[in-house]
Amino acid sequence: MYRYDSYDQSIVDARVEEFRDQVQRRLAGQLTEDQFKPLRLMNGLYLQLHAYMLRVAIPYGTLNARQMRKLGEIARKYDRGYGHFTTRTNLQYNWIKLADAPDILAELATVEMHAIQTSGNCIRNISSDQYAGVSADEVADPRPWAELLRQWSTFHPEFTYLPRKFKICVIASEEDRAAMKLHDIGLKLVSRDGQVGAEVYAGGGMGRTPMVAPLIRDFVPEDEIVPYLEACLRVYNRYGRRDNKYKARIKILVHELGVQEYKRQVEDEFAHMRELGLNPPVEELARIRLFFANPAYEQGLSEEIDRADPAFALWVDRQVAAHKQPGYAIVNISLKPRGGIPGDASAEQIELVADLAEQYSLDELRVTHAQNLVLPHVKKADLYAIWQKLDEAGLAEANLDLITDIIACPGLDYCSLANARSIPLAQKLSERFADTGRQKELGELKVKISGCINACGHHHAGHIGVLGVDRKGVENFQLSLGGSGAEDASVGQITGPGFSEDGVVEAIEKVTDLYLAQREEGERFLDTYRRIGMKPFKEAIYG
Amino acid sequence: MKILTGNDLGTGDVIWWAGDGWSRQVGDSVDVGDKGEELARSEEAALRVVGAYVIDATVTDEGVRPAHIKDRIRALGPTVRPDLTLKPNDADAGNWVI
Amino acid sequence: MVEFLSFRDGEATQEPAVTVESFTGQSNSTAVRIEAGEDARELLPYIDRLSLVEVNFPAYGDGRGYSAARILREAGYQGELRAVGDVLVDQLVAMRRCGFDSFRPDKALDDAAVERALNRYADVYQKTVDGRRPVWANRHPESING
Repeated sequence: MYRYDSYDQSIVDARVEEFRDQVQRRLAGQLTEDQFKPLRLMNGLYLQLHAYMLRVAIPYGTLNARQMRKLGEIARKYDRGYGHFTTRTNLQYNWIKLADAPDILAELATVEMHAIQTSGNCIRNISSDQYAGVSADEVADPRPWAELLRQWSTFHPEFTYLPRKFKICVIASEEDRAAMKLHDIGLKLVSRDGQVGAEVYAGGGMGRTPMVAPLIRDFVPEDEIVPYLEACLRVYNRYGRRDNKYKARIKILVHELGVQEYKRQVEDEFAHMRELGLNPPVEELARIRLFFANPAYEQGLSEEIDRADPAFALWVDRQVAAHKQPGYAIVNISLKPRGGIPGDASAEQIELVADLAEQYSLDELRVTHAQNLVLPHVKKADLYAIWQKLDEAGLAEANLDLITDIIACPGLDYCSLANARSIPLAQKLSERFADTGRQKELGELKVKISGCINACGHHHAGHIGVLGVDRKGVENFQLSLGGSGAEDASVGQITGPGFSEDGVVEAIEKVTDLYLAQREEGERFLDTYRRIGMKPFKEAIYG
Repeated sequence: MKILTGNDLGTGDVIWWAGDGWSRQVGDSVDVGDKGEELARSEEAALRVVGAYVIDATVTDEGVRPAHIKDRIRALGPTVRPDLTLKPNDADAGNWVI
Repeated sequence: MVEFLSFRDGEATQEPAVTVESFTGQSNSTAVRIEAGEDARELLPYIDRLSLVEVNFPAYGDGRGYSAARILREAGYQGELRAVGDVLVDQLVAMRRCGFDSFRPDKALDDAAVERALNRYADVYQKTVDGRRPVWANRHPESING
């Protein structure tokens, strides 16, 4: 994975000192909260319900053991012993003191980490595919592009005060494991005539007005990606709405101009930008690529997995994915234990995963947008030993992409933007559907819960989605069906009137019962829904 | 009644206006009448609070009760982590929030 | 405290800046003020006769002025490019990088804070109009773009 050189390190170190200065000015009263707020947001520091919350960047969801250990250490030293992995593959600490924030950033900088641009109206963490570099279906590892663009977007002087936040995702396979089409800009690497470049999608997003990003350019070669993105961002910076926070994302601009007009404006700007020498030389992407070269895989390893232990076998079938290299496997670690808080990990669990990554995964681990973890380079021969350790630590739930692999935002238990609590609902669903046989029977079923319309829980992209609302001071839950964040991206449809927390659990059970009754051979829930439509589900739920 | 709440600027702790200063206990809240906004601004200027706002509350047998569930969650702590709330040993504390 | 900051040699333009609308209608003004929502490209036919372009930042979170500045410099404008309005010391570096070379903020800036801000970052990641070598150019000095 990428390692900082002295330039990268000096930039992060300078940022720490800049923020230390800004905090000091705030605490001394030289900056008002209105002046300070955008500055602290650009360092990932929110003021939430119970304390300050710090969102640490995990660039394209990749980290090593040393970094993971530091995250555990910070949880213990500055927080309350745990962290929360988010749907943008970052980590959140919920109990931070403002006065400690500069020191925390300084400690992160010692392991090449930061909280730069994890909030604010700027370009955010660039996300990618959690199987990048190890899946046979990719055209090329998308992460070198993600790293190139991370650097390009860091403190970009023209795009630091955009109308709203800006999220970019890079993938490199037909299967979309990162919800690319639901980003402000999504890049899909493709190969055309032996050249690798990107299809560019723009104007996706969730929130109040969910939209699937349309394709705006069929191919941008790697040596033009920077001027092309500068053109996209400049048009947005100049013409994105600034009058209404809820209409300020690029998806609204693309929708209001129309795709063709937005494309045309970008092409005009691109024609101008491509002459300015903005793209790094090809040697730079080549330099970055070296960090993502195949590790020294061992050859001639055994493909045997001893399935004698039935619990282990169940876990292998669910959590282990095929690796491109013979003898190796990809391990998915569930952060969705039965009745647990989705995406949360204790400092002990964080440290265990760090150890496993170091010992068994060539010192690398990944975070997924579904709030789970991945060990990307595991020898099949080591699977049993890993499973045993995960099992001891409560990390061996075998529920990847099943109904209890729920995505949930922190919700009203933590977040000042929320209208309802999302975690207790996730816990109830997890208990209700806990039976292993039942889960297996239901198969792939992605449940996503957001505590408010900001949709951090990606509910629009849930096969079953739940949105928490405030109905005259009482928590209420809207149910939606048929969303997808994969390559077949779609926005879920609301079923009808909302429910209480227990009511929505019942409603979901009716939905799953109907699916089982109606499905045809090989159909996932999403397929059955798409075939039979909302009407039968509505009847089942509301009678 | 109207009470005033916010977060401590340096620590981020949830705090409640208790008349002569800020308290971490919602039960110490006093009625600010129509002086809440003014108080919020002056306390913010004095760096003793950030993000202060006025809310409705009632006095019950269990003490001061904020009208909205969000502020009751702020008063106690996350309902899903009783161990991290202000009353980790009180098994019924969560019921007060809801 | 600093009320006016300039990085240009010589005297700053004292001429009052007219609106874009009046400017494009007049023949003798050499100073113009762009509001946040106005299109800097309207000035491109006239950049040779401009000595001052003021760009207004009505709220420092309104980042349109950064694009306006960079567009003008990309087109070859060499006169004074001044950021006015809600400008804090925290925006100076990004503004300089987009081509601003003078500043008249609504609220005076602290000299020491200005000094610290300007000297904070030795390295930059992007190529823009300020002539600074981006990090990738330093990494690959022999390459075409480097």
